Amino acid sequence: MSTENPVLKVDSLVVETDSKDPKQILKGISFEIQPGETLCLVGESGSGKSVSSLTTMGLLPQGALRAAGGRILLDGEDLLQASPKRISELRGSRMAMIFQEPMTALNPVLTVGRQLDEVLACHTSEPANKRRERVLDALEQVHLPDIERMYDSYPHQLSGGQRQRIMIAMALLLKPKLLIADEPTTALDVTTQHQILKLIRELQEKHGTAVLFITHDMGVVADIAHRVCVMHFGVIVEQGEVKQILSNPQKQYTRDLLSAVPSLTPREARALRGPRLVLDVAELVKEYAPPRSLLSWFKKPKAGTKAVNNISFKLYEGRTLGIVGESGSGKSTLARCVMRLIDPTDGVIRVDGQQISGLTAVGLKPHRHRIQMIFQDPYRSLNPRRTVGDSLIEGPMNYGAQREAALGRAAELLQLVGLPADAIDRFPHQFSGGQRQRIAIARALAMEPDVIVADEAVSALDVSVQAQVLALLDDIQERLGIAVLFITHDLRVAAQICDDVLVMQRGKVVEYGPASDVLGNPSAEYTRQLIEVAPGRSWDFANFSPAS
Amino acid sequence: MHAQTVSTEMPASRGIHKLMSKVFRVRPKTATIIAATILLLIVLMAIFAPMIATHDPVELSPANRLQGMSAEHLLGTDAYGRDLFSRVVYGAQVSLTVGLGVAFLCVLIGLPLGLLTGYFRTLDAILMRFMDGLMAIPGILAAIAIVSLTSANLWTLMVAIMVPEIPQIVRLVRSQVLATREEAFVEAAVLMGTPTRTILWRHLMPNTFAPLIVQCTYICAAAILTEATLSFLGVGLSSETPTWGNIMSEGRIYFQLNPSMILWAGLLLSLCILSVNLLGDAARDALDPKMKRREG
Amino acid sequence: MLGYFIRRLLAAIPVMLVVALSVFLLLRLSPGDPATIIAGEMADAEQVNNIRTALGLNEPLHTQFFIWIGNLLQGDFGTSLISQTSVMSMISQRLEPTISLALAAITLTVIVAVPLGVIAAWKQGKWIDNLVMSTSVVGFSVPVFVIGYILIQVFAIELKWLPVQGYRSIDEGIGEFISRLILPAMTLSSVYIALIARMTRASMLEVLGEDYIRTARAKGLGQRIVLFRHALRNAAVPILTVVGAGFALMVSGVVVTETVFNIPGLGRLIVDAVLSRDYPVIQALILLTAGLYVVINLLIDLSYAITDPRIRY
Repeated sequence: MSTENPVLKVDSLVVETDSKDPKQILKGISFEIQPGETLCLVGESGSGKSVSSLTTMGLLPQGALRAAGGRILLDGEDLLQASPKRISELRGSRMAMIFQEPMTALNPVLTVGRQLDEVLACHTSEPANKRRERVLDALEQVHLPDIERMYDSYPHQLSGGQRQRIMIAMALLLKPKLLIADEPTTALDVTTQHQILKLIRELQEKHGTAVLFITHDMGVVADIAHRVCVMHFGVIVEQGEVKQILSNPQKQYTRDLLSAVPSLTPREARALRGPRLVLDVAELVKEYAPPRSLLSWFKKPKAGTKAVNNISFKLYEGRTLGIVGESGSGKSTLARCVMRLIDPTDGVIRVDGQQISGLTAVGLKPHRHRIQMIFQDPYRSLNPRRTVGDSLIEGPMNYGAQREAALGRAAELLQLVGLPADAIDRFPHQFSGGQRQRIAIARALAMEPDVIVADEAVSALDVSVQAQVLALLDDIQERLGIAVLFITHDLRVAAQICDDVLVMQRGKVVEYGPASDVLGNPSAEYTRQLIEVAPGRSWDFANFSPAS
Repeated sequence: MHAQTVSTEMPASRGIHKLMSKVFRVRPKTATIIAATILLLIVLMAIFAPMIATHDPVELSPANRLQGMSAEHLLGTDAYGRDLFSRVVYGAQVSLTVGLGVAFLCVLIGLPLGLLTGYFRTLDAILMRFMDGLMAIPGILAAIAIVSLTSANLWTLMVAIMVPEIPQIVRLVRSQVLATREEAFVEAAVLMGTPTRTILWRHLMPNTFAPLIVQCTYICAAAILTEATLSFLGVGLSSETPTWGNIMSEGRIYFQLNPSMILWAGLLLSLCILSVNLLGDAARDALDPKMKRREG
Repeated sequence: MLGYFIRRLLAAIPVMLVVALSVFLLLRLSPGDPATIIAGEMADAEQVNNIRTALGLNEPLHTQFFIWIGNLLQGDFGTSLISQTSVMSMISQRLEPTISLALAAITLTVIVAVPLGVIAAWKQGKWIDNLVMSTSVVGFSVPVFVIGYILIQVFAIELKWLPVQGYRSIDEGIGEFISRLILPAMTLSSVYIALIARMTRASMLEVLGEDYIRTARAKGLGQRIVLFRHALRNAAVPILTVVGAGFALMVSGVVVTETVFNIPGLGRLIVDAVLSRDYPVIQALILLTAGLYVVINLLIDLSYAITDPRIRY
């Protein structure tokens, strides 16, 4: 470790819940950051990585959490002992923070310029015209276009990426020595994420800022960190140079975490299991009507937005087709059309040869059970008031199963997805996210479907849990021969599980073919770009070595 | 990441079984205990009015009119010589009947209407326009108009107070349904072929209970208040019936002479409404996960 | 913006139609013969017949409705059954006291309630928050007329600072006008203050939990700027909504306050009309208040655009 004076030195910091019976959230963690260095705090949810950053900024939710011991030294000054006034002075000027959600981090009723100007007005005594100049300069530095117009814009007029640039400009206005970035790219698409990471790195080198970067994504770590702290349940499990952590982790937890990161190298397509075409989608279109205005009677009708534009694909039994795209690509709309949760505007959907597009609700009912869905958010996909057993037998009983028989089958299914038998009488809140996703899979299987549509089914889960759920899906597919339509934004997940991949952009197909071709040797420019910007592509995490 | 785990935990904590245990296990505030005690006493007073009252509350006695407090007449007598204490005691009956009755009727009518409007688009468009119209008529005026056209008995009074409250219940239930029907577990039920009426009954209705219970206590308080106001204005139940509003309405003229004619009925009325409102607040704090989170 | 305004105006038409229809049908569909009910139990056949003719009750139902609506659109609200004067002129005579009372009460409310709510939210859980919250529960639990009598007892009878009852027009001297308005305005605003203070607090608490407030704090801004510049402006929309929804409360308050303080305004007019079953007056007043309610809520909707730039019509 270097002998320079660290910008930030955290020394046996303890944070606990502010209650009569306190529970430790941070159990005495220590780390330090040198000027110009990027330190990544990496860990899964509940590891306490965000709490460390909020404690440093003095932003812990009052009455919920409190720092109970240790020191946080910013340039040698103990922040835990400083007065609230002093903390206010330091925030924004010596230490600054950017947050995870750019969509909500800016005040919606004030212009961007005003919100930047405030920082200067509060910490300096410069006149208004000088401040405006500095703000415009900051906007320029984060490479925003048309900065004069940007200055007078409201946050809602900007995209997520633009807002995060504004947040960065705001944080770096007064050239703070420490920048804390709490998952600043998690809510962004990969392309935007790539640009933002590049920007942070560029400005850091320019100003020599120390960066405390909090993330759950090993790919991001590999791309930007100098040093890494791996956190788990409020303890720093391991810390060291990024190369060393990635190539030669000392602790089992770190090894497991790295091994769970899916590889970007696509799997080989499996041999066809059988000739049965279970899902056939042809020329599917979903068009949303343009917003009607009062004057629309007089104007030429505007064209609607085609969220799904002429999509065709075929899915055979036992295979997995990945639909890959960034947000707004129409992949979720496609899934909902296929499920007939919304009605497609045009095109044909056949499930096991039976056309289900154009059927009425009554006509649809006999075929519904053949195609089932697993949703993204495991916390919302189960009715919190019903036992797991009741949720599992609801579908079969709709199709005439006897309660006893259905319950017996439900118990078998729970065993199949790796849950204990007594789970059947418990309520969803007694399970973790990963376990709930297993229950959701069991519920889908209870209908004995030919096709399962998984809409971002592992996106809300931590990598280790994600790996388990993916393995489970694979195993079930192997045993039961179910076809899976897998919707995801994550190329790594797609590479690991899909036989075929369909890349979507703005409602259209960009590329469609076997995963090894599309992801291994893309022919479309857009697909190439997506792979290019995937974080950590130069590293093969599971093998602790650089990617070949 | 931290904030996210907190917010995603919320739906789980809404489970009714958990709610019930919360309602009973939560350590209530002192104010809540006092409110519950007061309300209980008023309920007992209403039930055992015939034993507590010292006189017949409607018996006229012109010779004894406008007397002050005495051993015979604990709170004195009114302008017709009726015993004030007995009238105040009996007054609890009307207030409580109206409060509970209106709250019950509101749920009986508002809950199904709200469920249906929340789920069926076409019905929603028509019925909500109608509800908007009803909402535009201030409750007290609607109640006054209804009572003025029908002879005021307990039933018409309750209907008159209920009608303006219905749109609020319908809106509340509807907004809950609209929010819940977007949840993945409802879509999952659709995909499993669950018939619409079962979805309404099994998945959507239970989610409306918590806010409904809270709203019901507020409606109960508002109904007691409106009944008293109508009586006070002289358009409620006939002035012979002992209600707190009637007692105050008659005491109005003699207010400067004998303030206690208004005082005791007003005090009991205020305490009664206050207690119901405080219980409503307590129910909201216990049932509303959003409030819960905020109070930590 | 203009398009939105026009659309909202058009949307108000069905609402007003529903109101008109309800008011119309209420009289016609009530059990028994409306003319008999209006005339009262003591009336003879001829009186009932006169009332029936006066109300046009002999025509078929839909004809009656269209005649009635037609008259309304021409500003003809009918003639009082009791005083035989035009309803419109009766209303305009009673307008001034009610408007003075309402304006005084609203001003008092805004001055008192919003700061109280902001402070309570800021000092959440502290003694001042508890005080504001408990006073406000009491505020909207104690009936308006009870509050009125308590105020009279304390300030007029015991302390003799202010007159007990009555109303003086502003023409008869500003001092008298104000001194007689203070107690009624305090009475009327009590419920409203309680409601708005609670709503302000709840709305502020909601906003104070938002990400952008954390951002503002992370910038090192002072507490006052965070509260008033960042939080209150965002909390304004729900507060405004309650102001609109509280209109019904205001109407009920006006009726009661005018009765308690013997003020000859619209509230007294409707109570007198009900007691004497003067149905044209009741109809007209309900229609007017409903119309006012629609207009106020329209104005509030439009004011959202000023407080929140995300709303573009």
